[in-house]
Amino acid sequence: MLKFILRRVLETIPVLLCVAAMTFFMCRLAPGGPFDEDKQVTAEVRELLNKQFNLDQPLHKQFIQYITHLPTLQSFKYPNRTVGEIISQKFPVSAKLGFFAMCIALSLGILFGVIASLRPNTYIDYIPSSLAMIGICLPTFVMGPLLMLVFSLKLGWFPATGWGGFSGDQFFASDMVLPSVTLGFFYAAYISRLTRGGMLDILTQDYIRTAKAKGASGLRVILKHSLRGGLLPVISFMGPAVAGLIAGSFVIETIFAIPGLGQDFVKSAFNRDYTLVLGVVMFYATLIILLNLIVDILQVTLNPKLKFD
Amino acid sequence: MTNRIIACGALGLLAGALVGCGPGAKPVDQGGGKVLNITVGTEPEDIDPHVVTGVPEHHIIVALTEGLVAEDPVDLHPVPGTAERWEVSDDGTVYTFHLRENAKWTNGDPVTANDFVQSFKRILTPALASKYSYMLFVMKGAEDYSLGKLKDFSQVGVKAIDERTLEITLNSPTPYFLSLLNHYTWFPVHIATIEKHGGLTKRGSGWTKPENFVSNGAFRLKSWRLGRKIVVEKNHDYWDAKTTKLNEIHFYPIELETTQENAFRGGQLHNIYSLHIDKIATYKKEHPDELRIKPHLASYFYRFNVTKKPCDDVRVRKALAMALDRGSITENVTKGEQMPALFFTPPGVAGYTARARIEENVEKARQLLAEAGYPDGKGFPSLELLYNTTEGHRIIAEAIQQMWKKNLNINITLQNQEWKVYLDRQREMDYQISRAGWTGDYPDPNTFLDMWTSWSQQNQTGWARDDYDALIRKAAVTQDPEARLELFQQAEEILMDELPVLPIYIYTRVYALNPAVKNWHANVLDHHPWKHLDLEVKADE
Repeated sequence: MLKFILRRVLETIPVLLCVAAMTFFMCRLAPGGPFDEDKQVTAEVRELLNKQFNLDQPLHKQFIQYITHLPTLQSFKYPNRTVGEIISQKFPVSAKLGFFAMCIALSLGILFGVIASLRPNTYIDYIPSSLAMIGICLPTFVMGPLLMLVFSLKLGWFPATGWGGFSGDQFFASDMVLPSVTLGFFYAAYISRLTRGGMLDILTQDYIRTAKAKGASGLRVILKHSLRGGLLPVISFMGPAVAGLIAGSFVIETIFAIPGLGQDFVKSAFNRDYTLVLGVVMFYATLIILLNLIVDILQVTLNPKLKFD
Repeated sequence: MTNRIIACGALGLLAGALVGCGPGAKPVDQGGGKVLNITVGTEPEDIDPHVVTGVPEHHIIVALTEGLVAEDPVDLHPVPGTAERWEVSDDGTVYTFHLRENAKWTNGDPVTANDFVQSFKRILTPALASKYSYMLFVMKGAEDYSLGKLKDFSQVGVKAIDERTLEITLNSPTPYFLSLLNHYTWFPVHIATIEKHGGLTKRGSGWTKPENFVSNGAFRLKSWRLGRKIVVEKNHDYWDAKTTKLNEIHFYPIELETTQENAFRGGQLHNIYSLHIDKIATYKKEHPDELRIKPHLASYFYRFNVTKKPCDDVRVRKALAMALDRGSITENVTKGEQMPALFFTPPGVAGYTARARIEENVEKARQLLAEAGYPDGKGFPSLELLYNTTEGHRIIAEAIQQMWKKNLNINITLQNQEWKVYLDRQREMDYQISRAGWTGDYPDPNTFLDMWTSWSQQNQTGWARDDYDALIRKAAVTQDPEARLELFQQAEEILMDELPVLPIYIYTRVYALNPAVKNWHANVLDHHPWKHLDLEVKADE
């Protein structure tokens, strides 16, 4: 297993380098630059700015400087912050939102999926499955404002926007509920469908019938015998899903005014904030690779048919 | 058994969802705490007045820092700020400011004349590459120094006569000079602090972080959490602290108009910085006490690229300008009580309303188009209208496209581009017609008219006229206010006769404000000196 992990980690290095190079050069090829604003600056000022931000250096030199000093580089848009500072301040917010959403997604998704699979093609199946279908079809930018309208503007249960209460520092605040639910529902829908499919495959297997014949209780059959195999599709889905969730959602963060990193992922590209774009992309790339590795390990552990090689 | 699982799960979820709920006190209902919760749109890039260029930055910087003069809360006329009084020489070019004795930095240092000299020097230093340093170019030698042509700063027209006396010499009498001083580029910065954190010419050195920031305004920086909010608190050592009513102002960066509206409705914000166009009618009907629609010192217009066919022909430009029904655009498309613009400069700026008018006349427009060689639009070359991707610009462009089709029988294509691409194409003159807007930097027609001179960076149309340039140059050195405005009138007449630009409307600011906010006065610059604002305390608190 150690060898497997080591090999995978070594494999990531060329992958990350490729991602860095592509991001860097694609940004530079895009028209416009960080200093273009509606009040245009003079050619002299532009030149001085390029010099101050090392944009006058040859591209390959800049690239090397960027990848070797990435966390300590200044953002172009927010010059008093470094890339590292921005990511370290904003990522925890996105990660927390993702974590809450994940908890909701997993608990609802697996619950509904299992229920649906127990009596396929009956109402017990149809109701959760249709709910899941609605969840998949309803985009977060509809769901979010809808929940906000009902639960904060009409009923006044939760604040409409924000993160972490008035001070912004509370570990859990009521303003975290709606965004987490919005984001969680979307993933719950997928997970419930995957769970249902996985469970249906397993529940018809011989060893389940054997377990039942041996007198195992219904709950024991589900929890001990079926879930382990039935959740395999969910596990492979979770790798990219977790990355997507904690990477933050641009839509949710914008709608609920949440200070997460998801917004920077999109906006830094629009702002031509060369350093921040590269920083955020590299951060996510690493995250995704890492999560995929974890998922692979989990899969081998859960599925005896797979081996580390 | 399965039923039990379902029941357990459902109960667990319900319990989880209810933890931490319940209606808490809304931030805006606590007027007694004197905390103003407000959004000014986007996250400020920085709060270094010598580095930033934006409007959100302006709102925050003016709370923290004060220049030589301040603004009257009602009509913004210059009132004493850090300077308690000033004298102007007879020829109007030398200003002597007397700083007040009790003006202090938040670290206790007195604000001295030399602080201003060093601050002006910093923003003009070429190595800092300040984008807005041109605001100081009315000062003698400032432009040359910023271009590196003048090396000796003592030659620049600013001198500290003594600790509390500052003398500024201008190139020419500038009637709007005192108003200009309220622009943050003229604000003092605490030099010692900046030097300690990486030096004077390094941008974003960290001196603007809350733990380091030193300022001299009515409020001091308490905290700045990226993406969450900036909190400023009352500065008790400020010379006019008795005027300051609010204890704290919380600035939230909320970009999306609908989110601003939701936060406002939900009692989290005292304002909606910009009200979505679809909501205007609802607010007019249901919340007229909250809705504010006020004229704004800004022009919405299209640029013509006069170096490319067919807009190189003044008759074509005129025909296009005459064939619009601007009233119908503001009434049916933009809906925010904008003023249809038949001239470029917003009216009533410093006593100036342009004499020149574009005549909206479809018959004449057709005739002009025929004279240009396109009778009834026949043979009209392809024409593309460039705009940055925004819903609001699209609907206006579509309305105009239809009007030209109907009135002139010409087809134009619309092209939207992402903001930076659009700016790049405009700068490179890679367009035929391009959408634009311009917000005045100070209340004077000069800020709208000097941008069309041949040397202006903002021109970007390829248009240049010697007589126009000469008029703007002459206005800059004319002391008599009447004669000066007359020169602007003549300049705008040339502009409206040549039409390198197509004025469409004069902006309004459409926003909402909680009625509990007191002493908020609407004005064309949308400035609201924070120290005068107050919050009404409700009876039941």
